[in-house]
Amino acid sequence: MTGHNWTRASVNWFKYSSPQTFFPLAAKLVPWFGAAAALLCVAGLYIGFFVAPTDAQQGEAYRIIFIHVPAAWMSMFIYVVMAFWAGAGLVFNTRLSGMMASALAPSGALMTFIALWTGALWGKPTWGTWWVWDARLTSELILLFLYFGFMALQAAIDNPRRADKAGAVLALTGVVNIPIIYFSVQWWNTLHQGASVSLKSAPSMAATMFAGMIVMALGFWMYSIAAALLRVRCIILEREHRSDWVAQHMGTLK
Amino acid sequence: MLTALRCVIYRDLLLAMRRRADVLTALLFFVIVVSLFPLGVGPEANLLRTIAPGVIWVAALLASMLSLTRMFSADHADGTLEQMLLSAAPLGAIVIAKVIAHWLVSGLPLVLIAPILALQFDLNQSLLWVLTLSLLIGTPVLSLIGAIGAALTLGLRGGGILLSLLVLPLYVPVLIIGAGTVDIASAGLSAQAHFLVLGAFLVVAAVFAPWAVAAALRISAE
Amino acid sequence: MNWASWNDFFAMGGYALYVWGSYGVTLGLMITEIVLLILRKRSILEHLGRIRGSTRGTR
Repeated sequence: MTGHNWTRASVNWFKYSSPQTFFPLAAKLVPWFGAAAALLCVAGLYIGFFVAPTDAQQGEAYRIIFIHVPAAWMSMFIYVVMAFWAGAGLVFNTRLSGMMASALAPSGALMTFIALWTGALWGKPTWGTWWVWDARLTSELILLFLYFGFMALQAAIDNPRRADKAGAVLALTGVVNIPIIYFSVQWWNTLHQGASVSLKSAPSMAATMFAGMIVMALGFWMYSIAAALLRVRCIILEREHRSDWVAQHMGTLK
Repeated sequence: MLTALRCVIYRDLLLAMRRRADVLTALLFFVIVVSLFPLGVGPEANLLRTIAPGVIWVAALLASMLSLTRMFSADHADGTLEQMLLSAAPLGAIVIAKVIAHWLVSGLPLVLIAPILALQFDLNQSLLWVLTLSLLIGTPVLSLIGAIGAALTLGLRGGGILLSLLVLPLYVPVLIIGAGTVDIASAGLSAQAHFLVLGAFLVVAAVFAPWAVAAALRISAE
Repeated sequence: MNWASWNDFFAMGGYALYVWGSYGVTLGLMITEIVLLILRKRSILEHLGRIRGSTRGTR
């Protein structure tokens, strides 16, 4: 029964970096973030559907923006956060950091997929095709591959500590690459198509549209935190199930 | 440090010479993949000229990836890698040596044979040089990035396919700029900026990749 | 207010398929993710409970 024989760091902040103390904390945080996500999304949808006016050029089809752009933002943001946790795990050798990184990856991939899916559904009425090799959509596609690579690498390694560290090296490599990928794709896009089909080119972005997008983005952010916390609880249980504190936790459940 | 570098390169080249079939297989793969495209899209000369840079670059990506699994696996299996990790020479230098050896064995032959394949696509003379030069600068980047994937997937089940999943998305900028170099030259514009970008990729990869590879090797040896 | 009636709202100016297709799939995926996570945790706890039960039994 090897459990919590790690050395506690003297800094108080590190207290929560042990899975044992974080496990109950995460349980307390999940409902708050979940509620915040629900409230913000309801508010964002209200602004998006009832306050924001119809777009002069795209009609009602533009209302997809209220999930497309927040999902795209979150997909990139989550990758950076994931790389941050993975890197922290590599530097400070804390087990929880690696678990956080693994917990974030599927949520990030989900956001990337949503951004691609809504991008396709937006593209059909706006550009007449389901898919254009638009710089943003193409970058999102490659980002999805990066997420899949990260998850596949971690799934292929049986030892969780090695999986964390290998994933960290990959995530950090990816984070260095993402801007390079983005700019090269953008350059490639302008070379081959001209700047005819940019989502950015909405000329009259009403303030209410922007507000709806921001509120939805905050809602997606809170949702991602809640989902990642739920997942990190599962990962903690799976990895630490031999330790004493999990046994005690199981005891209190009954 | 330089002697260690030279020793590792020499040793890897010697090993590669003893298994020439492996080297030739990757090269043949490159030739066959490139030759398949005209069969797939038809022999129309204008179309072939348009797709030539992309096709040759994609085939080079795949061919240089094929040999990546061999970069560390033999050393891992016979314990040489552990010796390298323990040796006094800095691991980064050893990694650079291994990457150079890998490029000499699997990158350089592609660069040398590419102009001949480009003739199949009716690329004109000046573009042949642009293509060859872009491959000359670009393929070392592929070896450097690929080394990270090779080190991360060392000793894992399904390593080869996993490696392609990890490495191919990271190859995207090199592919875009590399093939773009030829595109822009074929449009009659100066390709200098693109060569500079490719060169910048090479510098960035040469600085960051050995560090990442060394970290990945240490992790896999734990 | 943008909409004259609920029908008007659901029609989305003729873009119903695209708008509701986006929102529906997004909502569906998010709910699926949460449900899967809850199920995952439940199955882990059940599994651990079984292990504990069996070790106690043999002791």
